[in-house]
Amino acid sequence: MNWEEIETLPRPGLESIQLNRLQKLVHRVYETVAPYKAKMDEAGVKPGDIQSLADLRHLPFTTKDDLRDNYPFGLFTVPMDEIVRVHASSGTTGKPTVVGYTAQDIQMWASVMGRALAMAGVTKGDMVHNAYGYGLFTGGLGAHYGIEYLGATVIPVSGGNTKRQITIMRDFGSTVLMATPSYALNLADAMADVGVSPDDLKLRVGIHGAEPWSENMREEVERKLGIKAVDIYGLSEVIGPGVAMECLQSERGMHIQEDHFLPEIVDPDTFEPLPYGEPGELVFTTLTKEAFPIIRYRTKDLSRLFAEPCPCGRTLVRMEKVTGRTDDMLIIRGVNVFPSQVEHVLMGVEGVEPHYQLEVNRQGNLDTMSVLVEVSENVFSDEIKVLENLTKRIQVEIKDLLGVTCAVKLVEPKTIKRSEGKAQRVIDNRKL
Amino acid sequence: MRVEQIAVFLENKCGRLAEITRVLAENSINIRALSVADTADFGILRLIVDQVDAAKKVLKENGFTVGKTNVIAVEVPDRTGGLASVLKTAETEGLNVEYMYAFVNKTGDNAVLIFRFDDMDKAIAALQKAEFTILSGAQVCAL
Repeated sequence: MNWEEIETLPRPGLESIQLNRLQKLVHRVYETVAPYKAKMDEAGVKPGDIQSLADLRHLPFTTKDDLRDNYPFGLFTVPMDEIVRVHASSGTTGKPTVVGYTAQDIQMWASVMGRALAMAGVTKGDMVHNAYGYGLFTGGLGAHYGIEYLGATVIPVSGGNTKRQITIMRDFGSTVLMATPSYALNLADAMADVGVSPDDLKLRVGIHGAEPWSENMREEVERKLGIKAVDIYGLSEVIGPGVAMECLQSERGMHIQEDHFLPEIVDPDTFEPLPYGEPGELVFTTLTKEAFPIIRYRTKDLSRLFAEPCPCGRTLVRMEKVTGRTDDMLIIRGVNVFPSQVEHVLMGVEGVEPHYQLEVNRQGNLDTMSVLVEVSENVFSDEIKVLENLTKRIQVEIKDLLGVTCAVKLVEPKTIKRSEGKAQRVIDNRKL
Repeated sequence: MRVEQIAVFLENKCGRLAEITRVLAENSINIRALSVADTADFGILRLIVDQVDAAKKVLKENGFTVGKTNVIAVEVPDRTGGLASVLKTAETEGLNVEYMYAFVNKTGDNAVLIFRFDDMDKAIAALQKAEFTILSGAQVCAL
């Protein structure tokens, strides 16, 4: 399948479509979503003030806190009977971030995801092994509908059960692998363990995202699986996977699907928009979403935008691989984890001190997280089982809230370094 | 009829036990009996000392997490079947042993068994009824 015409439109044409969509969007959210109206009124901006794309800068930002304050459905612009699906991702504390889709949104998402797959050279004839998790996480289902939209065959294998995955890849003749980069490496190592070589497989290309990965990791994935590995970007607040995608010719990052998602880079301190090429925080405005449009969503992801034409012919700007975060969010095995969520769990356990630290390591290709908790007199006991029950309880509650299994390590009081000012909550030993 | 025991949290790292014994020695506190319970990740040191409150205070001052609990000290003749006879009584009475440790007194005639039962009151009553010798804290330290 070839790309759609809009992906190669000359910039003025694309920008006029963007402006038209932006103006309609701003009118619609102002009229239908009270929290947006309140924020715009407070900032003294009216929908009619948006006369050019540059006027975007006058609109207030939206953050994860806005989503939390309007939990679960407060920012939806359509009645619930028009919502056909919801997804959820990590919030900063106890409550998840909830997003909703109309039938049209699902269709649009499938089309951008289909376009993304086409950028990686995927066609109708491909057998796509989709190892992103199915469920509340947008990864699995987001990719799934895009694969079907493109007309390729989807194997909805989801995560886990690695040995079975290898058998399926070999027996079904999977040609495309969709997985987090760490899981792709995990599959490669497990293949070596069971004596399956890349030559036994038909894999040609890997589409990897949902967690940070380096060029070194890319080389490792490519070498160990004998494939071309490309980067995909997305976040549920914007839509899910498929917001941006690296084409096979690009050496400067991922094409943003700008006809649907309008990107900006802002200075992380002053929040002023920055020109192309400057590093800063990535901000997205959705142009076509119905159920849950979002205006100037601060992703907290650090990146750069490049406007230079791509050898592939697409005129869509490209974003550099995300280089970091402006907050303390961690991504553990593809799941977003905020230290504040762990704190929320610990505060709910009677007697546990507010001193804790998260230690993140990469063992083999798998991320592991340990929560270090100081043992105060309130929770201490002369009986082993009491302390073991405590660590189990914390572990279960963190798993319930975050969906991530972690180790809980009890440490002596005052051994977690007290800092002056902001506590150092995270020790990330991963070499990405 | 209960003996006060202190328990100290031990992080699984080098030198923690040495540090505790150093602190106690510097403060002239004598250890009468001890046991260490260990797991893969941490340990619990249980101690019977001659000055319970002083020991607790100095260990806390040195940054340790310390708890005080009651245990039962039973004196039995140091011969085959001594421990078995106590455990037989516990079993008959439906008492569950959370943990125990033992030491032999200086004369070598008797052994002292330190018990933590799930139901301490019931345990004391049962052991007294079976006419075992239950020692007080002062008696344990005087041995």
